[in-house]
Amino acid sequence: MERHVLVVFPHPDDEAFGVAGTILSHTTNSTPVTYICLTLGEMGRNMGRPLIASRETLPEIRKKELDEACKLLGITDLRHFGMRDKTVEFTDQKVLIDRILQVIKEVNPSLVITFYPGYSVHPDHDATGAAVIQAIQKLPSSERPTVHALAFSKDCEDVIGPPDVINDVANYSSNKLQVMEAHESQTAGMIDALKEAFLKKDEAAVARLTVERFWTYPIHNDRP
Amino acid sequence: MKPIDPLKVQETITSLSGKKLYVHLETTNGAYATHKNASFFSAGAFIRNVQLTFLHGSIKGKGPYRIGLETELGWLYAEGLTDWEIDTLDRVLFAGHDQDGKLAIALQLSEQPFPK
Repeated sequence: MERHVLVVFPHPDDEAFGVAGTILSHTTNSTPVTYICLTLGEMGRNMGRPLIASRETLPEIRKKELDEACKLLGITDLRHFGMRDKTVEFTDQKVLIDRILQVIKEVNPSLVITFYPGYSVHPDHDATGAAVIQAIQKLPSSERPTVHALAFSKDCEDVIGPPDVINDVANYSSNKLQVMEAHESQTAGMIDALKEAFLKKDEAAVARLTVERFWTYPIHNDRP
Repeated sequence: MKPIDPLKVQETITSLSGKKLYVHLETTNGAYATHKNASFFSAGAFIRNVQLTFLHGSIKGKGPYRIGLETELGWLYAEGLTDWEIDTLDRVLFAGHDQDGKLAIALQLSEQPFPK
């Protein structure tokens, strides 16, 4: 059992797709979970179906959706970093790394969950993972938390090998669907199809809702 | 937002000419376009809170629409616009949504800066 889990992602809904079941397994065990969400996904393309958002109303809508998702996940410590979607890789990296390090020192997590830098498709994902790794590298080796990183680029397994952490989250599949549904502006276009595929025991849909895969990040002192 | 009414949009554009405005202009295919289709060349841009004053402007097309604004030294151009609104802060928001309702372009004009 973990002492404290720290989750660091750039966009509201990143916590839903690949990790909701894993987060639920921790909060159900009464392990405290802190979630740093760097942006409000201000630049998302999905505006709901039918349209419920504009470019200017999207951040507030997604903030409310994230609050609801955190409630469903049992996360009570949500930290907004107030950055803008798409700009994580361009922001002052030293400042970002230091802000993340301050939270790590404060909550003292035994496990950190983030994106695997270089293999997570969206530039914000890669930049978030890289900043988290660099923050942890500033700690003495003996104080470093374990990092479970999420990767999903097409070539990732060719380079970093298969994931070494396979979490069976079948017990939480309906809760995970609810968390995805909470991000209504982003998931309205796909959630019904996913539910239907899951009920029909479609292999990809079942895998998506019952298995979560991570790579233990090898933290040495090289820059990610 | 609601579907563009070109007559009302033209009135609004005309009323904004000569004013000091802040602009948000953006095109996007989404960050996953190339991930989903390796042969897709993804390109996009956004600029937020650049100041602009235009001499005259108009909306053209049968929908999706085009808007062109001529400034003293150049132009602003946007195409693929489908929806618009004047929001409660008097900001004029245009967007182009594709067949799936996903935003492909945004053009927004405001006399006050947009939040960063």
